[in-house]
Amino acid sequence: MNILEFTGVIAAGAFLAGFLGSITGLGGGVVIVPLLALALGVDIRYAIGASLISVIATSSGSAAAYVKEGFSNIRIGIFLEIATSLGALIGAFLASRVPVTVIGVIFGLVLAYSAYHSLQELPEPAGGPQPPDHLAGFLRMGGTYPTPQGLIHYDVHAVPFGFLLMSLAGILSGLLGIGSGALKVIAMDQVMRIPFKVSTTTSNFMIGVTAAASAGVYLRRGYIDPGLAMPVMLGVLAGSLVGARFLPGAQTALLRKIFAGVIGLLAIEMIYNSLSGRL
Amino acid sequence: MANLTEEKLDAIVGNLLRTGVAFSALVVFAGGTIYLVRHGREMPNYGVFRGEPADLRTVRGILEDAVAGHGRGIIQLGLLMLIATPVSRVAFLVYAFVRQRDYLYAAAASIVLLLLAYGLSGGRL
Repeated sequence: MNILEFTGVIAAGAFLAGFLGSITGLGGGVVIVPLLALALGVDIRYAIGASLISVIATSSGSAAAYVKEGFSNIRIGIFLEIATSLGALIGAFLASRVPVTVIGVIFGLVLAYSAYHSLQELPEPAGGPQPPDHLAGFLRMGGTYPTPQGLIHYDVHAVPFGFLLMSLAGILSGLLGIGSGALKVIAMDQVMRIPFKVSTTTSNFMIGVTAAASAGVYLRRGYIDPGLAMPVMLGVLAGSLVGARFLPGAQTALLRKIFAGVIGLLAIEMIYNSLSGRL
Repeated sequence: MANLTEEKLDAIVGNLLRTGVAFSALVVFAGGTIYLVRHGREMPNYGVFRGEPADLRTVRGILEDAVAGHGRGIIQLGLLMLIATPVSRVAFLVYAFVRQRDYLYAAAASIVLLLLAYGLSGGRL
């Protein structure tokens, strides 16, 4: 396989990953690294660098559509970006010091969890309405979001714990080259009790900033190869833009299950290959 | 929020991000075309990690390579523009918060901007 064919295969795979990631809401980033590392034999560090680039592209590319809906909360986003960027720098720092085998196993575990999580219905946060905590009040984090019944006000809770979870999301993003979107949404929706729509749109903005923090480190370290990042970025971007035109429905629910199954299988293969030293 | 409502802010940020991605994708595509025309028949070798050469790691080196018309240098310039896109969003938010006299959040956005700059400077941790 020469470079031209290799590039074509990667672009096609990246397009499919971006497409499925977009219509299922699972993000394409998680499958890019296994695709490159397991199927095409690319060193996992190059794979992570290319994946980070695609994460920035999809996050920023879809932001314009999200902005129109009026759900995102800029103050919550920028405050939590302190945690995710700091985490991303720590993750990128760890990436060059942790053995490839360990990165592979952690990656496999994260894949397994996202497959499991995507098949669960998110529970309604327990307990009735609670007053916003002091910190959230001081930071003026509450906001409103549009519903058919008009603007609804919401308060924000558990800021310190949310901040801590966001740091972890940042570390995983910087270490594995993924967006960590699922964890970001859990932190906002389940822990900080921010409405789901506000959580997902705000998370989308944060993903780009988080990935940019570690991408800088990766670029300076020489982990970002232009020949590899080019088809990954263009493929994922095109795939996610096409996918964004599909409305959620019955077919996407089935696709979501299939995609989750694929991610689960990749998790097993990733862990197996790491432990047997084939990564 | 003098002259800068939340909606306006959202619209500016959305356009900023979309334009940044569109431009960087164009540059990456142009560089990729040159790269594939010149090197498409060679064999890829990504199985062994060697790291990129020094000129593809720094802003200065990337600019020099891109100006010289090297495909890989032009792709890397596009990737650099892509990384700069969310960074410019944060920089814009610093400005917007200062204009709204919201100094608490101007400080928060500045911290994020510093962290991003630290990463891009090579992040000696």
